Amino acid sequence: MRNMGRNVNISVHHITRVEGHGNIVVNVKNGTIEKCEWQVPEAPRFFEAMVRGRHYSEVARITSRICGICSVGHTLASLKASEAALGIEVSEQTVLLRRILKHAENFDSHILHVYFLVAPDLVGAPSVFPLAATHTEVVKRALRMKRLGHEWGSCIGGRTTHPTRAVVGGFSSLPGAAPTVRQGEKNLVELKQKLLAAVPDAVETYKLLLSLAGNIPSFTRPTEYVGLVDDYEYGLYDGKIGCLLPDGKRELVEVSDYRTVTNEYVVDRSTAKYAKHRLDSYMAGALARININYNRLHPEARKLAEGLGFKTPCFNPYMNSVAQFIEAVHSVYTSVELIDRVLTKGLKDETPVKPAKFARGAGAAEVPRGILFHEYEYDSDGFCTMGNCIIPTNQNHGNIQKDFEKLVPEMLAANRPEPEMELGLEMLVRAYDPCISCSTHYLDVTFKR
Amino acid sequence: MPKPRVKVAWFDFACCEGCQIEMTNFGEPFVQLLQHVEPVEFREAMSEKTTERINVAFVEGSFTREADRARLEEIRTRSDIVVAYGQCAVSGGINALKNHMDDYSEAVYGKDCKRPHLDSQKALPVSAAIKVDYEIPGCPMDKAEFIRVVSQLVHGTTRVYQPSYPVCMECKRRETVCRYDDGDHCLGQVARAGCGAPCPADGIPCEACRGFVDNPNEAALAKVLHERGGLPKKWADTKSRMFAANQRGDA
Repeated sequence: MRNMGRNVNISVHHITRVEGHGNIVVNVKNGTIEKCEWQVPEAPRFFEAMVRGRHYSEVARITSRICGICSVGHTLASLKASEAALGIEVSEQTVLLRRILKHAENFDSHILHVYFLVAPDLVGAPSVFPLAATHTEVVKRALRMKRLGHEWGSCIGGRTTHPTRAVVGGFSSLPGAAPTVRQGEKNLVELKQKLLAAVPDAVETYKLLLSLAGNIPSFTRPTEYVGLVDDYEYGLYDGKIGCLLPDGKRELVEVSDYRTVTNEYVVDRSTAKYAKHRLDSYMAGALARININYNRLHPEARKLAEGLGFKTPCFNPYMNSVAQFIEAVHSVYTSVELIDRVLTKGLKDETPVKPAKFARGAGAAEVPRGILFHEYEYDSDGFCTMGNCIIPTNQNHGNIQKDFEKLVPEMLAANRPEPEMELGLEMLVRAYDPCISCSTHYLDVTFKR
Repeated sequence: MPKPRVKVAWFDFACCEGCQIEMTNFGEPFVQLLQHVEPVEFREAMSEKTTERINVAFVEGSFTREADRARLEEIRTRSDIVVAYGQCAVSGGINALKNHMDDYSEAVYGKDCKRPHLDSQKALPVSAAIKVDYEIPGCPMDKAEFIRVVSQLVHGTTRVYQPSYPVCMECKRRETVCRYDDGDHCLGQVARAGCGAPCPADGIPCEACRGFVDNPNEAALAKVLHERGGLPKKWADTKSRMFAANQRGDA
């Protein structure tokens, strides 16, 4: 066998085109894998300590700063946890507007990831910048769609990076900071028109993806998938924790029992804390959500999924980027319907609901990279005494590691050259769209070179 | 002959990377920016690295551990101009909210907190480790301000304008009803302006995410927060820690 005695030394220090800092280390000596690791050397930031002593009105504003890309999701998970702890039930209008806001973030982040971080690999470019000269129209379209995500979220939340208007109990002002309900409705109608105007760009993106789909590596590893299951819509803003096993077995867990799903644990030889539920690891994110909730996708999104040959359950983690695009389309169409629902009911100028008690509560939301949990406890004056945040990337670290452990031997068996192996591993990490600076809960880090 | 483009690089430390996301929110006009600047290194967006001299380095995030000093010094050595952008880099920002605590590591990491890789000292501005030439404050930074600074640097300006008046001025200018008159509280009277005061206009208090103005009257702030804003004394005293912890008298 040609593999016998082969040496491989892959050391990617601070992998590029991912959010935050991660390393890939693979050492193979005489054909034997000595080390095969996904490492996380991000600077710890201690958010759970920082929220202690802060007022409930400040907590989401602080924890939104955990992540600049999923700050809407952090805000919403935080608000929901605080509202559970404070006995607050928000209005139907608040829920509808928050759902639209959540869709905006998923669209925004997915477009950023698919176009700016993943696409360069599929066309063999080191980044999007050289493409600005060679594929100007594609880059312009990507930026146009990114801008739409930003305007969409800003219309509802004030801005997309650290939203201003989403507060405990509701919203601090109407869409577009409208001074009147009538103007607020006009702003929503305008947003709806913008969304519908984006359909041609989505179709072009579909064609692009279809032409590049052959460059997506084929690799499968069935695992457990975890994501929100919502009675109302494809799980994003709300729901129970859904768990799907490779054999199709499903389980639903209450959000307040999230720790029974995440089961975080430390592995000696490794880096970040891992999560496991029924199997060795599980996956969160677009692929997990789509595997769990495929039949709740908007029919237009399902049409594109079929066109792309996307079938569930899909066990190829590289397909997460395709799942993200399908979700982005779903979010456009679903938000149009949600806006219609708000307008049919008539927009109302509502005051945020006040706390009814001060206790402990948990909340969950799907951020682009997967299910996110926040939990807080408040004292009788409304100041936070405890905070816990479990972010999707930390839940995925274990699954990335397990993928590495299956993928590297397969690559060696296929005698793939080292640079190709390195790119394949980098692309796998990128497919998960890790958001490493989010990793606030626990980082068990080693500095190996 | 067209002018050579300014070689620009981006680097990040302890932060949420939200300020770099703000740059992508320009939409199509970002392509125009690329006619004037040439991105040569930007880990989050590109795999290319450069050995050439960097004209302008944008540094995001706080200096929170000694291990990062060498990386910051290397950036300084490689670059003509260093710009700290975003409040984490400018003052320590939200990361400094832990600086007054001595048990933050234990609170988050429990018995593992003594492990060496979890070492984190006080969150400090980038300028605590290296010389910083210009600053773009804010959490997140204001993308219009970013473009203004880039434009000034591309044109060879040596002085970048930074307002020294408080956010209250900007609320008055856009005719936003004062948060205090709405029964709320606010930090606008001591907060550095330049953002255009979007938060009070959205119905929430200014949290001074661009830090303090020069010489803020902290005692008067606490008094106003308590007496007019109705905040309990302890909250009024600690309110400005969220973004201005390192600029407070007790830092």
